[in-house]
Amino acid sequence: MAVITLVYLARLRESLGVPSEVVELPAGIGNVAGLLAWLRARGGSWATELAPGRAVRIAVNFDVAKSDTPVRAGDEVALFPPVTGG
Amino acid sequence: MIVRVQTEDFDLAREIAALRGRDATVGAVAAFVGLVRDVNDGASVTTLSLEHYPGMTEKALEGIVAEAKSRWRVYDATLIHRVGELKPADQIVLVAVTSGHRGDAFAACEFIMDYLKTRAPFWKKERTPEGERWVEARASDEESAARW
Repeated sequence: MAVITLVYLARLRESLGVPSEVVELPAGIGNVAGLLAWLRARGGSWATELAPGRAVRIAVNFDVAKSDTPVRAGDEVALFPPVTGG
Repeated sequence: MIVRVQTEDFDLAREIAALRGRDATVGAVAAFVGLVRDVNDGASVTTLSLEHYPGMTEKALEGIVAEAKSRWRVYDATLIHRVGELKPADQIVLVAVTSGHRGDAFAACEFIMDYLKTRAPFWKKERTPEGERWVEARASDEESAARW
């Protein structure tokens, strides 16, 4: 059983209505692509905001991640829109 | 290397003096200061709110400065980015780089800014007379970062 922390930032935090949550991943979900598919299955704004093709960036343990980046127990996974600092 | 994320303003002269110290091998200092504009995408901006992702931000900024040091002969660098509520004409960001010669200093300074714009986890939200809106990422910023 993999328990991870999810963090939502900026516009995503507002549209999903939650800043962070601790979740238990179902068996068989081991990377970013699997995590996103699982979150989309919640439906509603989760399906809309995280739909394939939407510009969502992911960081695993504070490093930029790709769809095949592993997600393991204890990880902090952040989801956010493209950055606009500077 | 100095990397800071802060709500307070910064003093350009003081930061450059601290960066240079008494090192007489420094022949060039290049500095960039980003400011809040009062107009963006056709609307007047009254307040700019900046948020970031603590933990990742510092790591990302330190990584960008380290990358610049590996590409150019850079002696040292200071990177300060403000967060919180800012007003038009306020300072947002400082990048200052010391080197022996101007070429390395100019290039490293511009590189750090281009990478910061596309890789450091900051987000801007503008307050305008019509309401609040998140600033959208620009394709031109990606193109600027890709040329390095």
